[in-house]
Amino acid sequence: MELLDSFIFITLVKTAVVFAVLMTTLAYLQWVERKVIAHVQVRPGPYRVGPHGLLQPVADIIKLLTKEDLLPPYVNKPLYLLAPFLAISMALLSISVIPFGPSIQVGPVTTWMQLTDLNIGVLFILAVSSMGVYGIALAGWASNNKYALIGGLRSSAQMISYELPMSLAIAAPLLISNTLSLRKLVEAQDGGIFSWNILHGPFPQVISFIIFMIAAFAETNRIPFDLPEAENELVAGFHTEYSSMKFASFFMAEYANMITVSAMATLLFLGGWMAPWPVAWGASLVPTVIFAIAGVTALYHGTHTARKRDKLTLPVFGIIFFIIAGVFLLPMVQSWLLPLFWFAGKTGAILFLFIWVRATLPRFRYDQLMGFTWKFLFPVAMLNLLVTAFLVAWTTK
Amino acid sequence: MDVILFLIFALIAVACAINVVVQTHPISSALSLVGVMGSLAVLYLLLGAEFIAAAQVIVYAGAIMVLFVFVIMLLNAGAETRKGRSYLIPGAPLLIVFLGLMAFVVQRIFPDSTMVRFGGFTGGGPKDVGTALFTTYLLPFEVTSILILVAIIGAIVLARKEIDQ
Repeated sequence: MELLDSFIFITLVKTAVVFAVLMTTLAYLQWVERKVIAHVQVRPGPYRVGPHGLLQPVADIIKLLTKEDLLPPYVNKPLYLLAPFLAISMALLSISVIPFGPSIQVGPVTTWMQLTDLNIGVLFILAVSSMGVYGIALAGWASNNKYALIGGLRSSAQMISYELPMSLAIAAPLLISNTLSLRKLVEAQDGGIFSWNILHGPFPQVISFIIFMIAAFAETNRIPFDLPEAENELVAGFHTEYSSMKFASFFMAEYANMITVSAMATLLFLGGWMAPWPVAWGASLVPTVIFAIAGVTALYHGTHTARKRDKLTLPVFGIIFFIIAGVFLLPMVQSWLLPLFWFAGKTGAILFLFIWVRATLPRFRYDQLMGFTWKFLFPVAMLNLLVTAFLVAWTTK
Repeated sequence: MDVILFLIFALIAVACAINVVVQTHPISSALSLVGVMGSLAVLYLLLGAEFIAAAQVIVYAGAIMVLFVFVIMLLNAGAETRKGRSYLIPGAPLLIVFLGLMAFVVQRIFPDSTMVRFGGFTGGGPKDVGTALFTTYLLPFEVTSILILVAIIGAIVLARKEIDQ
């Protein structure tokens, strides 16, 4: 009993759970990305390893772990080894302050679905992400390779430039919610979609949401802002000289950063784990309906298969979806599963946007990239912050 | 616990600070400086000034030092050559004198103050800093911002290429 209630025990368990979930999500985000891009390009994507390529991430991990770890002789060794470590640790650190749901009761223990709540949570994430620049800049410099160096330089210049509109876009919803704690930020957005900061008065934060998303694409080095790793001009950019697990660290860091900014967008603008409309109007039935529709779709495609193996796999997926739909109806799990569903759903939707944009848009030119943030994004973000500040000051008095 | 953390990060800060001077390569020096900033942020955090700690990391370690590293990388500055250790002859006594003076001044100004209490400082939140900045220190704050604006304009004027008429 005493052991169960102790702070260290609860924190260790929560950390283990969050870490396991995060690592699985990182691995499968890669699978989702390949599948979505493949379907955009009208091809099936990973299909051989496991049903619908579901074991592809496992195969990838084994491949990356067993690959030869090459250490080029001309690199600056300490910094070359430090860089991937820095990148991945800074990327994973920010997940520790992100709240996934309200406080829950597990047996005798009541705890928050969050590792820790800092009263400067937003600033903590900004600080950690600004330290993440070092990983990429140092990787480029320590590799002692011109492509890597240019990639690293581009990346640090881009991240410094886009951090400004991003911080200004974050500041505007903070003015409305009047807190820096991520948990309190979400609690201030309770009560349906019109309480979320993106639609909530005195000044709906639609503009700042769009600016935040654009800056997030640049901060995570994703298309259309993936100049640091533009393969047709820079081979692979800052990680040209990295192989095996060191390369995988950069790869994981990019995806972890994607998850963090998506979660940040959810918490800041989209009401975190709050449902878009009250339970009285059937908000608790939404996940059941969605998973049931998914189940019906899978069963339908199972009877009208394009490929032979789908005859077996798709009905199984359909039944699994139906079981999940049923689980969401159980009253004892609803209290913690529903908030988690909304949080994961919103974050997942934004992650899907990242992948969708990657499949759709071409890359910017470097001078366009810089001109865009300094001449357009930054002034607009500043103006948005000013208007928000005036309206908040006017309405609160 | 607090004391152990303080000792660890104070040691890291001092070691990094020495490393800034000792290293011959500018990138290593700059990174050591980042280490100093980071450990200082942890010390602020131990004292209970979490906003100042975050600002320290965001502004110094995250923005200013990234620019330092960026410029060093851009100029591709190499390691400097060592010129013997003759600087130690005037340097070492001066350092001892300086440290002694510092200890003396601290003893004179705070002769019987109690030990620093970890987490005892509660004026470091965003609200306190904001209030202080926009009431007590409003004039210095505005003057500083004008100074920075002038510096930015000066930098642009100096860096701009002359356009031939």
